[in-house]
Amino acid sequence: MIQFLTSLWSYTFMRNALWAGILVSIACGIIGTLVVLNRIVFISGGIAHAAYGGVGIAYYLGMDPVLGAVGFSLLSSLAMGLVHRKEGQRADTIIGVMWAIGMAIGIIFLSLSPGYKADLMSYLFGSILAVSTMDLWLMAGIALLSLAFTLLFYRQLLALSFDQTFVTVRNVPVGPLYLSMITLIGLTVVIAMRVVGLIMVIALLTIPPAIANLYLKDMRAIMALSAVLSVLFCTLGLIISYVLNLPSGAVIILVAGLAYVLAALIRSLLLRRQIPEEGISVIG
Amino acid sequence: MEVNPQEPVITLEHVWASYEADSVLEDVNFTLYRGDFVGLIGPNGGGKTTLIKVILGLVKPRKGRVSVMGQPPEVGRRVIGYVPQLQIYDKDFPIRVWDVVSMGRLKPGFSRLRMNDQDKLKVEDALRQMDILDLRKRTINELSGGQRQRMYIARALAVEPQILLLDEPTASVDPQATSHIYQLLRELNTHVAILLISHDVMAISSYVKTIGCVNRRLIYHGAKEITSEILGSVYGCPVDLIAHGVPHRVLAEHDQTPEERQ
Repeated sequence: MIQFLTSLWSYTFMRNALWAGILVSIACGIIGTLVVLNRIVFISGGIAHAAYGGVGIAYYLGMDPVLGAVGFSLLSSLAMGLVHRKEGQRADTIIGVMWAIGMAIGIIFLSLSPGYKADLMSYLFGSILAVSTMDLWLMAGIALLSLAFTLLFYRQLLALSFDQTFVTVRNVPVGPLYLSMITLIGLTVVIAMRVVGLIMVIALLTIPPAIANLYLKDMRAIMALSAVLSVLFCTLGLIISYVLNLPSGAVIILVAGLAYVLAALIRSLLLRRQIPEEGISVIG
Repeated sequence: MEVNPQEPVITLEHVWASYEADSVLEDVNFTLYRGDFVGLIGPNGGGKTTLIKVILGLVKPRKGRVSVMGQPPEVGRRVIGYVPQLQIYDKDFPIRVWDVVSMGRLKPGFSRLRMNDQDKLKVEDALRQMDILDLRKRTINELSGGQRQRMYIARALAVEPQILLLDEPTASVDPQATSHIYQLLRELNTHVAILLISHDVMAISSYVKTIGCVNRRLIYHGAKEITSEILGSVYGCPVDLIAHGVPHRVLAEHDQTPEERQ
């Protein structure tokens, strides 16, 4: 077993993949928790799909598709963030439209681009094994940025996620904070896309915090556990996919999904055992 | 510190406002004085939420003037302790009582991001005043409706407010907890002005000093009883009154003058 793992570590692409899993997991654990607690899962999905437009245009122009994805996801996250702040719950239609337009632009520009496009599938379904050193630096930068932002504004972010009206009345600069958060979501989506693809980004962002939230009731702790869980899912998924020769992104998400089902089952069993005890303590 | 109970703290002059189509305010005039404990009743969709948002500077009136402590609401609202209506989904949010009440110590701008020792003392004071200091480490899903409401009032107190503004403070709270909450509010009224808004006449009529009604227009004369004028001129309120079976004592009798009632 140990021999097997060291042999994995000897491949550069495997080392890069494992590092990518760790760095993306740090960003996803922190930002995913904010996404879940702010109930903006839909926006993160929208950003991921709209970013495909950037991939298509960059490809057409012969640029690095990652650059296109970053540009488009920043643009779409700001647009969606502004719409969401202005329209509240009614924003989901407009966000859905932006989601679709981005995707359509991507598909059209890709069909216009000449030549071989095999690695474009990697943006849809992820390609953690094709991560370059350049990608790793981008991932490290975004992970660090997420960590610094959350450490600095933890109290404000917690309050903002819980009760935006009250925070506004306290004259905390809600607009800038919220838009910074959405921008970070956009950046995190781009790096998570390299790992699991844009279609499954939502899962990598939301499953770990959802599991952590089943057992923990503190935002800081949920962020930390989410990051740890995410590292676990990425590493385990990567190894399984390597051994069984399956697509890595899909295996990672499947591992995460199964873990969620298991965690939810265990919790409901624990609760069932607790209820009679609580009943007695209330009466006594 | 000299405190003049007759000093106006919130003033609305000829305010017209709309927020989300169905709740509208028409030509609202209202003054809250420092010593006041005012309850405003009104049907759902009668503009109660809009009125609160206008006072908090969250909705701009189409016409008219709003001032809080003689300043525009965006500035004056820093002295308002706002207690929102309980939301069901709040319960699932992973947050402890201490962290919720600490929100009252948030500072404007990016000036001071963390709490200092004095902030922590104020949070502790607010928790103690609401009798929930021992619950500070609980997460909010472990609280009863009444405890949760007291937590939100504690958060408003941590602001060190001069005005308390409460939206439906006892909806989804059982009767015993309700009377406890109103007793606490009455004690607070010795040094803060209180304005509360509710659709539940029964709950508020026996606790507040004065009562009014808001249903697009605002009827308020600084009196304790629900006058026949309120009943007559505000369509919708009478329906609510009958539905809740209001006891006679809150209704003004014909042969009584306002002076006799004091």
